Amino acid sequence: MSRKLSWKIAAHLLLLPFLLFALFPFYHMTLTSLKTDAELYDRNSVPLLIRQGITLEHYKKLLWETAFLTWTKNSLMVTAIATSVSVVIGTIAAYALARLRFFGVSSFGTGIFVTYLVPTSLLFLPLAQVVNWLGLGDSKWSLVVTYPTFLVPFCTWLLMGYFRTVPKEVEECAMVDGATRIQALFRIVLPIAIPGLVCAILFAFTLSWNEFIYALTFTSSSDEFTAAVGVTSELIRGDIYFWGSLMAGAVLGSVPIVILYVFFLDYYVSGLTAGAVK
Amino acid sequence: MAIGNVGIAPAARRLSFRTRVRELLDRESFLGPAFVSPAMLLIVLLVAYPFAMALYFSLSNSFIGRPSHFIGIRNFINLWDSDAFRQTFQNAFVFTGTSVAFKVVLGITLALLLNQQLWFKRMIRGAVLLPWVIPTALSVLGWSWMFNSLYSVINWTGIAMGIMDPPGPNWLGQKYYAMTAVVAVNVWRGLPFFAITILAGLVSIPKELYEAAETDGAGPVARFWHVTLPLLRPVLAIVVLFSTIFTFSDFNIVFQLTHGGPINSTHLFATLTRQVGLESGRIGEGAAISLYLFPVLMLVVWAQLNFVRKQAN
Repeated sequence: MSRKLSWKIAAHLLLLPFLLFALFPFYHMTLTSLKTDAELYDRNSVPLLIRQGITLEHYKKLLWETAFLTWTKNSLMVTAIATSVSVVIGTIAAYALARLRFFGVSSFGTGIFVTYLVPTSLLFLPLAQVVNWLGLGDSKWSLVVTYPTFLVPFCTWLLMGYFRTVPKEVEECAMVDGATRIQALFRIVLPIAIPGLVCAILFAFTLSWNEFIYALTFTSSSDEFTAAVGVTSELIRGDIYFWGSLMAGAVLGSVPIVILYVFFLDYYVSGLTAGAVK
Repeated sequence: MAIGNVGIAPAARRLSFRTRVRELLDRESFLGPAFVSPAMLLIVLLVAYPFAMALYFSLSNSFIGRPSHFIGIRNFINLWDSDAFRQTFQNAFVFTGTSVAFKVVLGITLALLLNQQLWFKRMIRGAVLLPWVIPTALSVLGWSWMFNSLYSVINWTGIAMGIMDPPGPNWLGQKYYAMTAVVAVNVWRGLPFFAITILAGLVSIPKELYEAAETDGAGPVARFWHVTLPLLRPVLAIVVLFSTIFTFSDFNIVFQLTHGGPINSTHLFATLTRQVGLESGRIGEGAAISLYLFPVLMLVVWAQLNFVRKQAN
């Protein structure tokens, strides 16, 4: 018993360096965002603590002297539309791939998988041209149009796994009772697959909120920036970094994700492993 | 035929139209293609077509605002004359190799620890996963402050503990330190994915196997080598393949921490593509650089598909 307990304590102690590694950057970011400039740039002060009082100066600068609120609004809009569109397209595609037999189904499945693995950094250069041709150059709408290129394959792949876990018999029963396939999908299959749908929505939201390279490439005026691009491009002027406000922006820009994360932690964990273990 | 139908046509046609739609929607050979067509359209227009464009660009001397000419594979060959490209090529393999190796070893260690009886299991898991969900573009800003040449908290701590000589390394300004820094941040961000996925693999190993090994006299180390590791192989393979693609094509970390510097020593394909293709406007050359990602991508995809098929059989 005591051996078990001491092993338990040892496991916690061994976890400490990992936790420190994972969490310290966030601690330091938050701390920096609350420090006065005088203390921030004092080489004799202790960087691990706040000694000269907390200030909201950097947050005020971020909120009132930059377009941070506009950027956040843009991020929310792009993320909300791209996520809803992608989850709908992904859901029906996943259902077809998991359940229906038709010409070309397996090669389409392979196509989705390959697209899922195509990194955004391979395509941003030609996509910038496509975006210009569509008349969406320097517009947040370019992001609404392009984000589904990585969200749809992701959602399809994730949901296929969930649809396969719904027993075929349940659906067939409903259809024998006179329901059409569409009715069976909406009344039987989707309700069972709700955890999967929640997962797909959460991950699509996170992926598009966190997207950087497309947003950086396709938008160039402050009105169209997303939160991450706005913070990095307006608070770094050449070689001058406004560290306090940068950190404030990093903290506030992460808030929506942190909120989702706190409420849906278990979904994040199960969604993360779904692709690899199922 | 048409004349004979005139009298009863309206009512019958309305009815038959509704039932026809209904029947059509019940037919898999219609519903299937109908359901995948939005996704297919998207992939053709915004993935396959841009990819073809990248190929076309890479075979031309395309430059922003200038008509381009077909020059064959000259871009791909000429790149080897560029020091920046040769350095990038090497960096990509060093960066990916070291990052993935660290993530595998630390990921297994962390997963084994998380699989123990813990007091705050859910909270600890939540904390471990955090670097993976927070926007990388923002968290990397925090890292660049931590690596700052004058105010680095890492150096301050190192000096205070007596393991670094003041002023400590200039992390982002010196060749090998800069590579160490970008690898460290990549490991920081990617470790949760490894740990949590490997943990799921660990949980699915039947307890009986350990008990059987224990009665055969296997100690903890032997059990790890002969039970845990072999059974983790499928999960490990998938995680490593995924991570290889995303590490190899990484952009954010290098772009924000070092911009590829000092003297190209941390450039990756994605960051060099941006610098050449967008900032200097040499689209043809930029596209050729980004397409060097493709063989590695194909190799990994091929390995994944093979692996998935083998698992299925």
